Amino acid sequence: MGRLKPNSFAYYRPNSVASALQCLATQPDAKILAGGQSLVPAMNFRLSRPACLIDINGIEALAHVEVCADKVVLGALVHHQQIHEHPSIRQHFPVLAEAAGEIGHLAIRNRGTLGGSLVHADPASELPAAMVALRAVMEVAGVDGTRRIPAAEFFVGWMTTALDTGEMLVSVHVPLSSSSVYGFAEFARRPGDFAYVGAFVERAANESGAVTWFGVSDKPEYRPMSALPRDAAARQAEWQQLAAKLEVLDEPRMRRKLAVVLAERAYQKVEEAKIG
Amino acid sequence: MAGKALKRMVKLDVNGTCYERELEPRDLLVHVLRDELGLTGTHIGCDTSQCGACTVLVDGEAVKSCTMLAVQAEGCSVTTVEGLGKMGALHPIQEGFWEEHGLQCGFCTPGVMMAAVGLLAQYREPTEEQIREGLEGVMCRCTGYQNIVRAVANAAERIKATESAEIQAAVAHVGERS
Repeated sequence: MGRLKPNSFAYYRPNSVASALQCLATQPDAKILAGGQSLVPAMNFRLSRPACLIDINGIEALAHVEVCADKVVLGALVHHQQIHEHPSIRQHFPVLAEAAGEIGHLAIRNRGTLGGSLVHADPASELPAAMVALRAVMEVAGVDGTRRIPAAEFFVGWMTTALDTGEMLVSVHVPLSSSSVYGFAEFARRPGDFAYVGAFVERAANESGAVTWFGVSDKPEYRPMSALPRDAAARQAEWQQLAAKLEVLDEPRMRRKLAVVLAERAYQKVEEAKIG
Repeated sequence: MAGKALKRMVKLDVNGTCYERELEPRDLLVHVLRDELGLTGTHIGCDTSQCGACTVLVDGEAVKSCTMLAVQAEGCSVTTVEGLGKMGALHPIQEGFWEEHGLQCGFCTPGVMMAAVGLLAQYREPTEEQIREGLEGVMCRCTGYQNIVRAVANAAERIKATESAEIQAAVAHVGERS
């Protein structure tokens, strides 16, 4: 039968974080399988050939969205479509719900997970940049306990995170902010494709702001701005100055140009959100 | 590592029938559906979640069965195009495709129909924009999407009409009893 696609691998389906970590510690060359929307195609191409898969889909505790007084905690197994549709996320982080809706297609969003997207750390993906923009904190578990890593320190390079061997991402803590307003824009050649470039723009209450770009370099690029100009020409100059300093991996002219255009589009969404 | 040693018995619920097969963890759901269960209505286009020809429903949600391991479907309810309707009692989406001429060569059609059923479960009364967005994940190489979009809209109307007829019948039934 012509059906062999991925290499052979051992398969475990733990039902707790503790047993998943145990598996991760004892199995050589193991990878965690969540939604499988990047990993399984990579395995089908045999670009990825893990000796062992640890399927965490049975770990109930990772599948929840919890609204606390000062933050929203998203479990690593929350699906993109859930993020897109969840009433609390739409209420508190409309920009996150909007960005999640731009990931792949409906069938991909139904299976793809937040944790999977973040640890995969594709520089063109929406969620890592969204988490940097929203100043989220990653909760990471290892056999020796858990630690928290700010999103800005979590993404260290091309598909590389601060996770150590034997660690797994369990949840993401997104702080609630009553003073900041965010906007999001991206450009992709076809709907559902990875974006060429995307931007999140934040306007804080004290007229300061920030822009977070993705798709321009090897990781999300967060740039704080002490003053986010209201004047269009001054703002344009500011975007251009910031974009000029980006270390763009390829097609620098196009990506810098897109970075400027998309930052401005995201800014316009901020203005719309403030009116609405 | 010998592949054979990794085989395990897997129970699958597909179209309401329970199957038990000895499978390797690396067996993709789409391959098991076609080669082990003989349900060849689900097609293989790209194997990399681009084309959507292999779309099936898992617990009512559209997923691409080339990016799901068959072992992961254990404990889930899988629906393929064979489970949609029967000759003489077609599913509204099949009626819609028939009525609006929503197919040409038919290769993408099972995947498109399953994606559409998943879409209609999530959006009861989809706008044309929602239909087009919902079908982003399926590719048709024959003709374009105009008739496919019409077919899905037609199916949504059919489902709505059936539901309101059922509600009216239920109301009438309650009326008779009181």
